[in-house]
Amino acid sequence: MRFWDGYKGSSFMELLDAECPSLRPNIHHWFAEVGQLPETAHGTTCVSMIFSDGALVAADRLATMGHQVASREIEKVYATDAHSLMAIAGAAGPAIEMARLIGVQFEHREKIEGEPLELEGKANTLGQMIRQNLPAAMQGLAVVPLFAGFDLRRRIGRVWKYEITGGRYEEAEFDSVGSGSIFARESLKKSFKTNATREEAIAIAIEALTDAADEDRATGGVDLHRGIYPRVKMCKADGIEEVGDEEIAQVYQTIMSNRRHPGE
Amino acid sequence: MSFPFYVNPEQMTQDKAEFARKGIARGKSIVTLEFAGGVLMIAENPLQLQKLGEIYDRVAFAGVGKFSEFDRLRKIGVQWADTEGYRFSRDDVRGKALANVYSQLLGEEFTRSPKPFEVEIVIAECGDDSLSGHENNAIYKVGFDGTIQDQKGFCAIGGSVDSLTNHLESNYSDGLDLGATLRLGRETLQRAENGTSDLPPESLEVAILDRSGRGRRFRRLSHEEMASHLG
Repeated sequence: MRFWDGYKGSSFMELLDAECPSLRPNIHHWFAEVGQLPETAHGTTCVSMIFSDGALVAADRLATMGHQVASREIEKVYATDAHSLMAIAGAAGPAIEMARLIGVQFEHREKIEGEPLELEGKANTLGQMIRQNLPAAMQGLAVVPLFAGFDLRRRIGRVWKYEITGGRYEEAEFDSVGSGSIFARESLKKSFKTNATREEAIAIAIEALTDAADEDRATGGVDLHRGIYPRVKMCKADGIEEVGDEEIAQVYQTIMSNRRHPGE
Repeated sequence: MSFPFYVNPEQMTQDKAEFARKGIARGKSIVTLEFAGGVLMIAENPLQLQKLGEIYDRVAFAGVGKFSEFDRLRKIGVQWADTEGYRFSRDDVRGKALANVYSQLLGEEFTRSPKPFEVEIVIAECGDDSLSGHENNAIYKVGFDGTIQDQKGFCAIGGSVDSLTNHLESNYSDGLDLGATLRLGRETLQRAENGTSDLPPESLEVAILDRSGRGRRFRRLSHEEMASHLG
């Protein structure tokens, strides 16, 4: 690493490009050599929504490789800093690396400049990373995240969705990505309410993931047998809150008992 | 073809060192203290341009002398630490390794460049009781010529170092709490010959590395928080 005459900006990604390019490999170059990549792990369904205290992001824990289970307990919701969350759908390997890199990017910029990025600046940074991944996405390694955060200036929760070109779209209420997202979005459309309380928001998110798991074989949902529950995290004014498994289990029981037919 | 003039290396080194010392002595001092809850850094600095900085989870930076020079060094430290932590893991980023990076860098610049750096820096690291082998705090002082010193308990840099160190030697004890450490730090700074004899919280810049925290332990103390400790 060069020091005195090295990179002087505030972007960690540009620092790596300039000083340590080996840590930022262009994976699409590999395709020219290997042709087709072997099957890799893919994450499935994530939902995000705005509620009274901020924004919520939730995801099931299953990763699939073709028709097989790659992992039952994969982590798809990442805190990218003290006030933002990223949920990943698509190719798990590049997506997890992207979540790690963007976490360092936010922290690096905050330390160099003495000020954190604005929430919109963070959302744009993620868009640029996804655009850089486009050649790999065209070969089947698409990363399609959801990004959510608490905007400390406007005092509201905000959520964004992305497409593989890096285009970002801010959602006013909720959104979902991944293989079960059609079903999750249909569920959210019916149960979403503006200014939902914390408890209502958790119930709405768990219900959407349960519906997605019901209809989509690649979405995990609640695994009572193994005690695996979806991950639910929230960004609020005072930081990130991770909802405990016990609370999610109770919410799930309520949802299921409400769905039982009278004759049962 | 021209030949460079012969310069006596001893004379040149002395001249450069004298020049650097003069520059540093003009600046205000910074005191670093270990306390029960971690490490505290205190500087006389009523301005927005900060002299203390976060490097990584458990590592902090303090610099005196020429702002442009030590702030560039601070940024280099952040670049090194973030790259190291991304390449390996967060626990692999250690104060000692960073102090060595600075020592090499400053040593090389002192020998090579016609004008030496007019800076003195401190790298502080707080321990973590949950990581075996990483329990101890550490304080490293790196001079303008790359000299590196491992300090125990406390450390002063900047102008009037001798009188500050004397005061700390006779008043410092292990295991003080945050309030007592902050009061000792301010009292010490007020004794600096080139400092101010009465320092209200508005004239101070204070940051701590909090041992009890998780993740990023660096925290700046607000003026209100300082006032509540200083009484």
